[in-house]
Amino acid sequence: MKITESLRSTVKRVDDCIWEIPPEAKSGMLVPARLYASGPLLEQMDDGVFEQVANVACLPGIVRASLCMPDGHWGYGFPIGGVAAFRADSGVISPGGIGFDINCGMRLIRTGLTEDEVRPRLHELIAALFGTVPAGVGAKGFVRLSGSEFKKVMVEGAGWCVARGYAWPEDLAHIEGRGCLPGADPEAVSARALERGMEQLGTLGSGNHYLEIQVVRPGAIHDEDAAHVLGVEGAVQVFVMLHCGSRGFGHQVGTDYLKVFDLAMKQYGISVGDRELACAPFRSKEGQAYFGAMTAAANTAFANRQVITHRIREAFAKVFGRDACALGLGVVYDVCHNTAKLERHVVDGRERELVVHRKGATRAFGPGEPDVPADYQEIGQPVIIGGSMETGSALLVGTARAMAETWGSTAHGAGRTMSRAQAKRRIGGETLIKDMEARGIIVRAASKSGVAEEASFAYKDLTAVVDTLHRLDISRPVVSLTPIGNIKG
Amino acid sequence: MGRYEFLEDVALADCAVEIEGRCLDDLFETAAAAIARLMVDPATLAITVERTINLEAPERDMLLYDWLSEMIFLKDRDSQIFPHARVRVTGEGPYRLTADVHGGTIDPEHTALGADPKAVTFHQFALERASGGWRARVVIDI
Repeated sequence: MKITESLRSTVKRVDDCIWEIPPEAKSGMLVPARLYASGPLLEQMDDGVFEQVANVACLPGIVRASLCMPDGHWGYGFPIGGVAAFRADSGVISPGGIGFDINCGMRLIRTGLTEDEVRPRLHELIAALFGTVPAGVGAKGFVRLSGSEFKKVMVEGAGWCVARGYAWPEDLAHIEGRGCLPGADPEAVSARALERGMEQLGTLGSGNHYLEIQVVRPGAIHDEDAAHVLGVEGAVQVFVMLHCGSRGFGHQVGTDYLKVFDLAMKQYGISVGDRELACAPFRSKEGQAYFGAMTAAANTAFANRQVITHRIREAFAKVFGRDACALGLGVVYDVCHNTAKLERHVVDGRERELVVHRKGATRAFGPGEPDVPADYQEIGQPVIIGGSMETGSALLVGTARAMAETWGSTAHGAGRTMSRAQAKRRIGGETLIKDMEARGIIVRAASKSGVAEEASFAYKDLTAVVDTLHRLDISRPVVSLTPIGNIKG
Repeated sequence: MGRYEFLEDVALADCAVEIEGRCLDDLFETAAAAIARLMVDPATLAITVERTINLEAPERDMLLYDWLSEMIFLKDRDSQIFPHARVRVTGEGPYRLTADVHGGTIDPEHTALGADPKAVTFHQFALERASGGWRARVVIDI
């Protein structure tokens, strides 16, 4: 892909925080590309974002516009932060619009503990979590599965964990799609994907994946009523945040089908601006097979986060000498940020079935939507946005405006502004870990260099991203969460 | 062995690498060393495992894609990393690869871990002839 400064220069402001690349800006664009960002955030987006969001606008069957959220940055295929909806009857599905880490997502778990109760045992807690949740290159989980049992995980998702004792029945209500997306097809999954992922259930991975102990600081609750509904009772309450996905299983599904689509495009007469955008008609044999395999991987990711939740509950129970239920370790919500889902949205006044791709973008359904949990119906779907390991994360809720503007979608993180190598040159992993400990954040990591790559200066300011989402009214901030402990791969 | 360089200004959250080799065999051997270096510090990996890998692909670039994907697959399935390879690429389409690889099993107590690659992407993916040999560009999702 040739990156051209000219596409950035074609961007026109259409609203306070909405920018548009018109279809005339690049040959083949079927719809405009829309970037949601404040002026400074737009400035921080790298040139690759503009090229990639325009490439997505060229894909067959795209509806209304190709979108990029405020945390957008240069990815592969879609930009990270990319959202696009395609007509289910005549549009395409593209693995490059989902990413290899299918259903990478966030989970937030509340506790009934305060920082004062946790702080004296924080080192012990972090050590227990690091010991029980495998992380880093080559790590294996504790769950041993046969091939047929793994196929049950693919179909049942987090629900599989209930019968195995890895989930509380009430957990499911607080997971996107109740932790089980319909349409999973284990027969569309390769033997290699099975082999690669079968021993990884309950593992964290590496890169920007983490398990974090967080606390609500005074003044961090932005919406008292919504916070109360979500079980945020006040300052100094401790939470656990989890960021991971479908591990090697999902990565292999993505690899397998990228090759299938690369060949299939010729058959369907489709050409793309970036080979990573390889795609096929959603209703084609290849499109349906990928959708079945991708959904199987998405369900496995839900199960992965659920098994890790089980281990988190065990670790807390061991350290604090009370069972997880007594410690109040309930799931606030679990949300995907790398998926394609069949959803119904209003287009030109008429409800249509769309294949909504979100790559590094979070679903943000507003109040009253059927897939929002019953107890959250009045406030909207919780949105969990992970920030850097030093500065913290945010809990928001979806809005009616998001339904109308962005297919019910919002940002997923802070968004990188610096390469991993640059970050490592600026600070060493050991130094950063010591610095963070001096500031009260205890870190255990499988890879020290991986810690340096995730330093806060490598990311945009999360507050600026959240403020922009609020100004756009595509999600509403509820509470900010500050890290006090972090496990990394 | 040829040379490889990790590029900083491509796809910030991922890892772009440029690989050069005197010939295709050399490029593939260098590519194996590059992806192993991405995953671990090879100096901390005990070289105890030997395997033979056979691959076939309709195009040369797809053979490279499959070769690097195989290294990622073995990292996940067997927790094994292979910094050293003797590669022979033959054929004029389909292209065939036979490789004897040498490496080891990750020992979390002793192996200095790096990134955990998820997949080889097609973004800016290229394998081409260059003056004095072959050159490839690969973006790896981490």
